[in-house]
Amino acid sequence: MVEILLDATVRAGTPILFATLGAILNERAGIINLGIEGLMLIGALAGFAGTFYSGSPLIGILAAFAVTFVAGSIHALITVQLRGNQIVSGLALTMFGIGVTALFGRGMVGLTIGGLERLPLPGLSQLPIIGRPFFQQDLLIYTSFVLVFLLWFFLYRTRTGLALRTVGENPAAADTCGISVSLYRFFAVTTGAGLVGIGGAYLSLAMTPMWIENMSAGRGWVAVALVIFSGWSSGKAMFGAYLFGGITAMQLRFQAIGTDISTHVLQMLPYVFTILVLVVSTIRLQKGSSQQPQGLGLPYDREDRK
Amino acid sequence: MPELLQIQNIRKTFPGVVALDDVSFTVAPGEIHTLLGENGAGKSTLMNVLTGLYHPDSGHMQLAGEPVHFTSPRDSLSRGIGMVHQHFMLVPAHSVFENILLALERVPQFYNRKHYQQKMQKLIDTFELDLDLDADVWKLSIGAQQWIELIKLLLRDCRLLILDEPTAVLTPQETDRLFKVLRLLQQQGKSIIFISHKMREVMEISDRVTILKKGSSIATLKRAEFNADILARLMIGQDRIPEWQKNLQMSEKVVLDIRNLSVRNDRGLADLDDFSLQLKEGEILGIAGVAGNGQKALAEALTGLKEINKGKIFAGDMDMTHSTARASYISGIAHIPEDRKSIGIAPDLDVADNLIMKSFKNTLFRRGVFQNRRAIRRNAEEKVSRFAIKAGPEGSPVRYLSGGNIQKVIIARELSEQPRVLVALYPTRGLDIGSAEYIHKVIVDGAGRGMSTILIAEDLDELLKLSDRIAVMFRGRLIGYADPRQTSREEIGLMMSGEQREQP
Repeated sequence: MVEILLDATVRAGTPILFATLGAILNERAGIINLGIEGLMLIGALAGFAGTFYSGSPLIGILAAFAVTFVAGSIHALITVQLRGNQIVSGLALTMFGIGVTALFGRGMVGLTIGGLERLPLPGLSQLPIIGRPFFQQDLLIYTSFVLVFLLWFFLYRTRTGLALRTVGENPAAADTCGISVSLYRFFAVTTGAGLVGIGGAYLSLAMTPMWIENMSAGRGWVAVALVIFSGWSSGKAMFGAYLFGGITAMQLRFQAIGTDISTHVLQMLPYVFTILVLVVSTIRLQKGSSQQPQGLGLPYDREDRK
Repeated sequence: MPELLQIQNIRKTFPGVVALDDVSFTVAPGEIHTLLGENGAGKSTLMNVLTGLYHPDSGHMQLAGEPVHFTSPRDSLSRGIGMVHQHFMLVPAHSVFENILLALERVPQFYNRKHYQQKMQKLIDTFELDLDLDADVWKLSIGAQQWIELIKLLLRDCRLLILDEPTAVLTPQETDRLFKVLRLLQQQGKSIIFISHKMREVMEISDRVTILKKGSSIATLKRAEFNADILARLMIGQDRIPEWQKNLQMSEKVVLDIRNLSVRNDRGLADLDDFSLQLKEGEILGIAGVAGNGQKALAEALTGLKEINKGKIFAGDMDMTHSTARASYISGIAHIPEDRKSIGIAPDLDVADNLIMKSFKNTLFRRGVFQNRRAIRRNAEEKVSRFAIKAGPEGSPVRYLSGGNIQKVIIARELSEQPRVLVALYPTRGLDIGSAEYIHKVIVDGAGRGMSTILIAEDLDELLKLSDRIAVMFRGRLIGYADPRQTSREEIGLMMSGEQREQP
């Protein structure tokens, strides 16, 4: 029972984990991305289409990464090169994502694909309780484990990561050290978008191996909230994503057992939780333990007389 | 001696503003060359051109005889020109180590933390600095943060160091320390461009001084050629210096009684910590302290810009802590920062509108719900002539005025309500001498009429000259009072670094 619930937790949390890690990469460089929801949908459709036409989920994942990388470069172009408003650009990206996937996804509705298979890790998967949820999973989930560590390592143990964090904290300081603010920001936004796209692909390749219009169902927004909850750190993002996944898993369980509570109320739970998380973490932010990159949301213009 | 740096006829314009008109000067190897000029004279713009942050419209630069065109700070750094900016280029959330590491060249992707830490520690030890590499920068004093900036440049082997008002944030003792380090660097053959407008320091450290005025370099003088009077006269040019005379007439009547005030900042730390102060009628009370020890919070709490977490403000017997009457009882003026935003004016409105910002509801300036433009204009004409404001053509935005004239506009507005208490936060920082003297005159004249002033300043000479009493702040607390006629700079300096003194 616990195993099954944990298993469902990890599976429901993974797409959000990818999206949150991508968003953290964006925001660490100082760019807010409210286009996560749209990028997830684009990733979901690209991943599904890639898998459907090639027959290989791996190709699908690569397609999802590549297409969202390109979609993210629109946001990067507007916010980094043209110094546009990051909020507006992100919201536009979300709307664009919803619209464009509805349009191109029409022919995909009802088709089926093989989807990602579980690859039990020898030995580890036999462990009691944690064996099934953590070591009898598919490739993307294992990737997400590694990615959580890699992102931390990149940000805190490499020169490029230090430069990236500086770009997000104080772009003028980075500039005087000879770091190209726009280059770092551009790649942080596009690569981050690519990760979000993989999160989207997880929806259409593993969770429900088909394309459903608007299938991200607000998970992108949950990721946006989790970035703040996590304090821009990948480890806490994993915790937050699985917390959301756990509540999703439980409400599904409740529905399966059959209770008197309306399914609408149950389906609402993960989102209520998100609002709670935002409230709590915002209060914590105001109390001063601010982890927020100081340059977040601010376009950088060297000749701007500030 | 061949010059290390030659700057010829540099010109730089921003939309609508000529920031640099025609600037030429040279720096020799091993020279400490001071740039002197008021805010808006173009010092910072010039330095930003020199470090490649801005591109000049015209003019030439030569480094060691070769023409150079810097397109980014990376360019100038790689040629050995480094700058300590007035607003430090540090990341407060990162550690000292990370901040310095970022500035180094050729750091491998997977760097050896220990190796670089040793390298930095060696330099810290050479200059006998007290700096913890693992500490987060935001926890350090501003003086310590400046050392980080300097170490960054020294590790990169810069041959020309630019220091933009480095002493503004230091105690006199720390300034001495800095000068010692600068002389050491000078002996190693490094050139230094030093920006300051504290006359005493300029006299002490400079080999040569170049004076900037309204975007042009108007003179360069050698050590034997300048003294304080000559420099002052060059900076002022045609402007007349207002004269004022100070006489002691402080009464014992307390007009403002600040009791146990505490103010927390955005980080939740105490900016003001159990701060108490009594201000007497007609008194000019100077507040000394290293920048960042709560002076700004005090001014903001008194003028109502900052929420008071604990403590009371009394005017006589009246509790004013949360009273709306405080706004007309206490007025505030503050320094005009380089950027001229975030100050007590609406930069895009004209002088007339800025002058009535506090009193636009007054029936004098309106007819029913409409403005009385004629009265507003007449008010402006009267204030412009009384305060000798050079306002430019009618209707032009205030932000095009010089710092001194913006300050006069603010003073004209604040004093028009006849406040009992004036809080002046660095009122003369960055102003030319003429304007600074004018502000001194306003404060002293006000004291003659019974107005009390809390004067927060960083220049000890200014405080000693004007104040009836000097209160010293350290880490949001009152360390003690000093009598300007009996104390010395050294004694105040010690108090500024936190040494408790008996109250006189």
